[in-house]
Amino acid sequence: MSEEQAGTPAPEDKDIAIRVRGLRTSFGNQVVHENLDLDVYKGEILGVVGGSGTGKSVLMRAIIGLQPPDAGEISVFGQSTIDQLDEDVLALRKRWGVLFQGGALFSTLTVAENIEVPLREFYPQIGPELRDEIAAYKIRMTGLPPEAGPKFPSELSGGMKKRAGLARALAIDPDLLFLDEPTAGLDPIGAASFDEQTRQLQQTLGLTVFLITHDLDTLYAICDRVAVLADKKVIAVGTIDELLATEHPWIQEYFNGPRGRAATSAGRAGKKAGGTDKARTGKDEG
Amino acid sequence: MMEMAHFSLEGEQGKEGAGAVLRISGSLSINRFGSLPSDLDKIEGPVAAIDISDVTHMDTIGAWIVHSHALKWDCPIEGADEAAKRLIDAVKAGEGSEGPVAVHAHAIPPLQRILAQIGEATIISGQTLIGLIGFFGATLITGWDLIRHPSRMRWNAVIQRFEVVGVSALGIIGLMSFLIGIVIAQQGAVQLRAFGMEVLTVNLVGRLTFRELGVLMTAIMVAGRSGSAFAAQIGTMKLTEEIDAMRTIGVSPMEALIMPRILATVVLMPLLGFYSSIIAIIGGGFLCAVSLDIPPITFVQRLREVVPITDLWVGLIKAPVFGLIIGMTGCYQGLQVKANAEEVGLRTTSAVVQAIFVVIVLDAFFAVFFTWVGWT
Repeated sequence: MSEEQAGTPAPEDKDIAIRVRGLRTSFGNQVVHENLDLDVYKGEILGVVGGSGTGKSVLMRAIIGLQPPDAGEISVFGQSTIDQLDEDVLALRKRWGVLFQGGALFSTLTVAENIEVPLREFYPQIGPELRDEIAAYKIRMTGLPPEAGPKFPSELSGGMKKRAGLARALAIDPDLLFLDEPTAGLDPIGAASFDEQTRQLQQTLGLTVFLITHDLDTLYAICDRVAVLADKKVIAVGTIDELLATEHPWIQEYFNGPRGRAATSAGRAGKKAGGTDKARTGKDEG
Repeated sequence: MMEMAHFSLEGEQGKEGAGAVLRISGSLSINRFGSLPSDLDKIEGPVAAIDISDVTHMDTIGAWIVHSHALKWDCPIEGADEAAKRLIDAVKAGEGSEGPVAVHAHAIPPLQRILAQIGEATIISGQTLIGLIGFFGATLITGWDLIRHPSRMRWNAVIQRFEVVGVSALGIIGLMSFLIGIVIAQQGAVQLRAFGMEVLTVNLVGRLTFRELGVLMTAIMVAGRSGSAFAAQIGTMKLTEEIDAMRTIGVSPMEALIMPRILATVVLMPLLGFYSSIIAIIGGGFLCAVSLDIPPITFVQRLREVVPITDLWVGLIKAPVFGLIIGMTGCYQGLQVKANAEEVGLRTTSAVVQAIFVVIVLDAFFAVFFTWVGWT
């Protein structure tokens, strides 16, 4: 399962989890993406950044098929997601999990029942007992306290909602995880622990993660590569160091603004001290 | 592409006879294990060990199945490679230390639940009653303040509310009243024909609409149109903290939001009620002319003879009170919104239901009162 391709300079098709080519999306007259290209490699955490309104969430929605694009090609694990029959997309849907911005938990179901929904829909042959067991260990695995299981979403704090959403996204052991601003609205401690959890799960389960964020700390802490959205396309993809070397004014402003500098120094210090970062830096060089 | 998961039991007789070794092979992942979980459950122990060295692929659900059965049979897991070990450790995380995880919300026995619901409903009704009385007081105080300082009145907002509550409602209230007038006249005529007193249909339509139905139906329509809108608007403003923002910059929400709305319903209810009565009478007159051969001129003449002016006063006295109730419950329920969007919906529903309920209760009191003062 952990088919990580450390050290392949030019990844081949089989190593690409998501491939987007020439994507164009629009709402009425307002064009969001124009000729957008992006590759997400298997086993990496790709951070997607960009100013407000640059269409980060729209890109995610286009990839998972919620926002039909005007033109372009999107394939996930080598299979196109555009103009496909429902059955073909269904097979793909079993391979990805999505955490929406607000958690998007079903408000009439308890947290554990929320986690059971994808299991029930995609794998009805699994018996109720095993389903309950699976929901229980997913709750523990995502760092929720056991008493969160029978609670309703309205009784949870923001951080717990995000974790519950993550547990639901991971319910059927997907290969690919979409996270839409997972740390937005969390306090710094909660955000850091969520980052850590994401990183751990990604390494344990060998996940590919498509992570939309505004949080510079998250970028430094867990992302293998970062894609920058601006001017209706992906203007740069690479490690943060590679991005820092580019001339684009928005990227410079983003990483070298006051917040960016603080995160940079914190990230550097963390890298020197952190043992867990070794594997990642090794992979980044590849 | 990948092999389905299989398992086999191999008795190893030589080893103290402690049971068999369970060998699992193939891909132990959710889309590959088929009926394996239920088949495994059928095995009766003891099992000496679970051997997963032939497993080609495993996910956390597979890891959980292996782990939970190893726990059940109290046997070791053999042949796990590094990835498998990592997964099994991951599904074990935090287990045991904090107790089991419940899945469903705690179920309460039906009798207890019904009693609790009755109790809760009682408490909420009491709180709403006290809250509404308090809110009535606050409205009176604000109203008195505005009378003393008329310059603080927000006339723009008031005029805008007048338009939304009154002018925009003319069409629907007119249509409704016209149809109700026709229905009363038609049903009344059918019954009165049995006594040969079809001409009394005029009394029926005239007195009923002015005294009761015109104002009552208008109140129900205004509660549905405007009371609900007040609750939803104010509730949403509460959620987005607009009302808190107003307070911090020294604008009183009572003056800026509540008073224009209550004023609009209080002033417009008599006007709309009168309008509704007139249209209903036109509807009744229309039916009388068409199917009872009572010409409009006779209809009007008879109307003047049989409908006392006090009937009009009865309607016009009730209307502003009903308007006050509708405006107050709408605004009060809107202000009670806390926490989430679901509550906006709940409060909007309560606003309409309470307004209509209180209006009908008060209407009964008014009926008794006007009989008592001799306006029959």
